[in-house]
Amino acid sequence: MGKTVELREIATARSGDKGANANIGIIAEEPEYYEPMKEQITADRLKDFFDNFVEGEVTRYEMPNFDSLNFILEEALDGGAATSVRIDRQGKAMCETILQMEIELDE
Amino acid sequence: MTLRIANGQGFYGDWPEAPKLQLREGPIDYLTMDYLAEATMSILARKMWSDPTEGYANDFVYLMDDIMAECLEKDVKVVTNAGGLNPESCRDELLEIAEEQGLDVSVGIVTGDDIKDDLEELEEQGADFTNKDTDQDFEDVRDSLLTANVYYGAKPIVDCLDKGADIVVTGRCTDSSVVIGPAVHEFGWDFDDYDKIGAGVLAGHLLECGGQATGGNYQGHWEDVEDQDKLGYPIAEFEESGDFWITKHESLGGKVERESVMQQLVYEMDDPSYYIVPGCAMDITDTELYEDGENRVRVENVKGHPPTDTYKVSMSYLDGYFMDKSFIVAWPDAKKKAERLEKILRKRLDDMDITYDKANFEYIGVNGVHGENTPNEPEDPPEVVLRVALRGPDDSDLKRFGREFASMVFRGPSCANMMTEGRPQTRPIPQYWPALIEKDLVQPETDVQEVN
Repeated sequence: MGKTVELREIATARSGDKGANANIGIIAEEPEYYEPMKEQITADRLKDFFDNFVEGEVTRYEMPNFDSLNFILEEALDGGAATSVRIDRQGKAMCETILQMEIELDE
Repeated sequence: MTLRIANGQGFYGDWPEAPKLQLREGPIDYLTMDYLAEATMSILARKMWSDPTEGYANDFVYLMDDIMAECLEKDVKVVTNAGGLNPESCRDELLEIAEEQGLDVSVGIVTGDDIKDDLEELEEQGADFTNKDTDQDFEDVRDSLLTANVYYGAKPIVDCLDKGADIVVTGRCTDSSVVIGPAVHEFGWDFDDYDKIGAGVLAGHLLECGGQATGGNYQGHWEDVEDQDKLGYPIAEFEESGDFWITKHESLGGKVERESVMQQLVYEMDDPSYYIVPGCAMDITDTELYEDGENRVRVENVKGHPPTDTYKVSMSYLDGYFMDKSFIVAWPDAKKKAERLEKILRKRLDDMDITYDKANFEYIGVNGVHGENTPNEPEDPPEVVLRVALRGPDDSDLKRFGREFASMVFRGPSCANMMTEGRPQTRPIPQYWPALIEKDLVQPETDVQEVN
């Protein structure tokens, strides 16, 4: 049986804007964490987690050579930085939010 | 022989010290500066409408007044998009500085990116300015258009450098072209060596946000960053092969390690197998990135595919007006008082018949930033900032509503006051509109002038 930890124990992340879409990159701290991340940190899960922000689809790009995953969350920024009424207009804090997600690791 | 290209600015308003420290704290060959975020062009446009000699990034001219002599002395060339909507005027200012200081300098400019007045003519030749992200029809925004600029690449920059320019000032160009241009010029790379051009794209991407690659905004490890008051912005050190290191000056603060560079790599990146710029489509699916000494990260094996037939066009249009203002509400019952304030303001919005598209009330200090995903929402915070933000088509209506705010100190709930002095201001919203245009419909132009 594995142990469950918050993503922040095994990865770092950065988020930002691409027009009206948010972009979140998650970088495994060690190569061994990439496979469980790939299996469990899915586009669907992110869409669910950010349900209150994301109006469109979530696309995931796998970057195995960097042990990283990159996500584009469509229409997640209330129209984008120029027009958003939210305080985090560029989605720069979304990386900290996402790292609360739980991941199960093999012991 | 390695080529050291240093970034000095990531956006208009970035740290004024950064380029000076890059120049003074260690050997570099090129200093690059990016002054044009999406919104910047519309700000420059407004300046130019009231004064036709404006339209470029003034900060760049002030900087060059300070460091031009030093750059020439150290043989450090400068490449920047500070030209904005008026590279000619920017160049004229630089030549004037050179004359005043008795310097021999050659300044190249790149123009031809501003197509705002040529749209109909281009459409007759087949151009289509449909929004490339949303497929929305250009007719919807034609009448409220503010700016329209083609994103050119590195070729015109190389042209200026080949003609002896010490300083190259462009209008709109891609962020990575200010890195690719110098590399092509110095190494004699062929533009159809797509792998090398791809390497330039990645290096440019890693450099373009300044401190974000060297320990700035460093998620997870920000506490380990030293001497952040004099953070060293990134430097790309290239070999002729296209492989490069990301590093910083030793004497400056910051941290260049795998995670700090990776955080910038993923930032604003979409498909890693096909990242389009004018010169190629970069492919980093086999790229290796690893630490190679203290504050040195090595990047190898970037690939590139042939470029597409189109340039990206960055347009902006007026999409209404925006206003925000915050109240600071003190303990006890700060949340409840803020809720009362929100209730009053919403009723007033209604009763005053204010026209607006969206109104947002955020409880900073409770759950403002992370929203529904806030961990440990405080029950009884010592203070709450109620941030009120609106956007709408009617500037005067937003201003009318803005007059409700100051008086809350007298007529609102206890201990609630505006955070900052003064009536809430409105600002116009320059919304982003990306399109594509066939490369054979538009041409960049270059011009190099000297002062001796």
